[in-house]
Amino acid sequence: MSKIDWAAFPDARGHFGPYGGRFVSETLMGALDELQAVYEQYMGDPDFMAELDHDLKQFVGRPNPLYHAERLSRELGGAQIYLKREDLNHTGAHKVNNTIGQALLAKRLGKTRIIAETGAGQHGVATATVAARLGLECVIYMGEEDTRRQTPNVYRMRLLGAEVVAVKSGTRTLKDALNEAMRDWVTNVDDTFYIIGTVAGPHPYPAMVRDFQAVIGREAREQHLEMTGRLPDALVACVGGGSNAIGLFHPFLADESVEMIGVEAGGEGVETGRHSAPLCAGQPGVLHGNRTYLMEDENGQIIGTHSVSAGLDYPGVGPEHAWLKDIGRVRYVSVTDDQALAGFHRLTRTEGIIPALETSHAVAHVLELAPQMRPDQSIVMNLSGRGDKDLNTVAEREGITL
Amino acid sequence: MSRIEQRFAELREQNRAALIPYVTAGDPEPGATVPLMHALVAAGADLIELGVPFSDPMADGPVIQKACERALRFGTGLRDVLGMVAEFRKTDSRTPVVLMGYLNPVERMGYEAFASSARAAGLDGLLTVDLPPEESEDVVGLLESAGIDPIFLVAPTTSEKRIDHVARAARGFVYYVSLKGVTGSQSLDTSALAERLEGLRRHTGLPLGVGFGVRDARTAAQVAAVADAVVVGSAIVRLAEDHDGDADGFARAAAAVVREMRDAMDAARSTGVAASV
Repeated sequence: MSKIDWAAFPDARGHFGPYGGRFVSETLMGALDELQAVYEQYMGDPDFMAELDHDLKQFVGRPNPLYHAERLSRELGGAQIYLKREDLNHTGAHKVNNTIGQALLAKRLGKTRIIAETGAGQHGVATATVAARLGLECVIYMGEEDTRRQTPNVYRMRLLGAEVVAVKSGTRTLKDALNEAMRDWVTNVDDTFYIIGTVAGPHPYPAMVRDFQAVIGREAREQHLEMTGRLPDALVACVGGGSNAIGLFHPFLADESVEMIGVEAGGEGVETGRHSAPLCAGQPGVLHGNRTYLMEDENGQIIGTHSVSAGLDYPGVGPEHAWLKDIGRVRYVSVTDDQALAGFHRLTRTEGIIPALETSHAVAHVLELAPQMRPDQSIVMNLSGRGDKDLNTVAEREGITL
Repeated sequence: MSRIEQRFAELREQNRAALIPYVTAGDPEPGATVPLMHALVAAGADLIELGVPFSDPMADGPVIQKACERALRFGTGLRDVLGMVAEFRKTDSRTPVVLMGYLNPVERMGYEAFASSARAAGLDGLLTVDLPPEESEDVVGLLESAGIDPIFLVAPTTSEKRIDHVARAARGFVYYVSLKGVTGSQSLDTSALAERLEGLRRHTGLPLGVGFGVRDARTAAQVAAVADAVVVGSAIVRLAEDHDGDADGFARAAAAVVREMRDAMDAARSTGVAASV
């Protein structure tokens, strides 16, 4: 593995080994070529990068802290736990790192209309936010089921001026929102920029979203070195599509001593079949523009997923994760809804930080992992989002009416 | 000569455009499909495009999305669809059948297994909407050695450079997507179409089919005046929804629409509108 040139992935056509690529209808191929060209042009353009850095600092509030969770570390009696505070970003999650970047590209391309899919609503809010700021028309596709369980975020998006379309096809969750956004894009491709929220979809999205999110890992690496004089021993992040995880992991890939663990949503337990853990229990296939691990039946139909967290409720995963799994650079595990809920409460009570339910999956794994490590070792966990949006879900599960 | 080539050669001699109805296999129930295919042929269809139901039909509008959902209630999968093709072939050895769908069911079955089963079933072509030529090298070789034509799309947004690339990979016929949008959209512009097809003919000698947005006999006739084939999908599949589970009623209504289109298309060609080939 030490011989891998990490910067060489994906290849020119968007492949991470057998994964990734560009599997879309012909109508979109031109738009993807155009997007790839501007992305490659501007990622090397000092003016663009300066504008991006300015926005990340002044509008998002970066750099955010790498917080040493001393009380939790002490209670668990193992590794020192550091939390990368993406929840402190404007709009409350890591999603905005990417929407800021893609919106700047949309502006360069002269597009006047922004569309996006959203699961938990965090990406939708982050997209509606940048669209409001740039004065662009914005349409957000969200599964009807998700609009119900994430009501506050639906209202936030509408306040920001976005039209929120409740998608009623299929399983009425994130994958169907993505289908509908693709249908919109293919119809309005001339004036519309599609801001995909995760490291999936057709090339160049997985690479482009990763590059916008890699600011997380770059900051965390520098902050950890500054605080402790060494690299962390392990990185932990939750994985739905996998953008916060790639953002944290990518700048550390060449650091062989750093172990990386991606945490998928085990739902009611991987053995029950009611989960959202394609890397742990799925197999390779093609969906939403890329080849990756999927949850599918014996006929290649995508099967319904389950997770308490809308943001992880997705049958696929970014192609780079599929590849990192196969080559063994990242280990992928799953935690159940109940474990995630326990993690949610534990972090809230111990550190005074209410994490998103997505993030709570990473917390749950840290609760298991830290005690197996020594106190002179450390874990960096990506605290990818805050939990305000999930208060209804948590209360409902616990029989409390707000 | 393949069945598809044979059919287009015959039609060219008769100065007719091919009429290609699309139906989703297994809609409204698995037993309905083969009798429906025969009824479409009897009504004047020249090729049949059989949709493979998929859980996530991203390129399709609401009409075909719902058809997929109806078919998937019975669990109709790719193997079942190939079984329908084999059944159809027992009594019709001349009408070409092309499968249209998404890559994942083929990928799951395995390209080699698909190619050999499809050949045994008597399939003639495969059109996977989410498989551009760039990603198709593995599957195209296997299809060709099984005698199955890989059919590719050209869209209004396809650049000149890409047209050459698509034309090189394509066999059978080239499917021109007449508008930006999903299947069943409503705004086919026939005058722009003629110009675009003329441009396409500089890149390929294959017959040119036109689909997406052919809603009625009038549009079919206008397209037939300039194209080699007219593909009609949602306008037929919509009838399955109207007939709500009544397979016979759906087949009768679909045959009536095909007959009406057939007549209008033939009339458009015989009234001296310039033939395209």
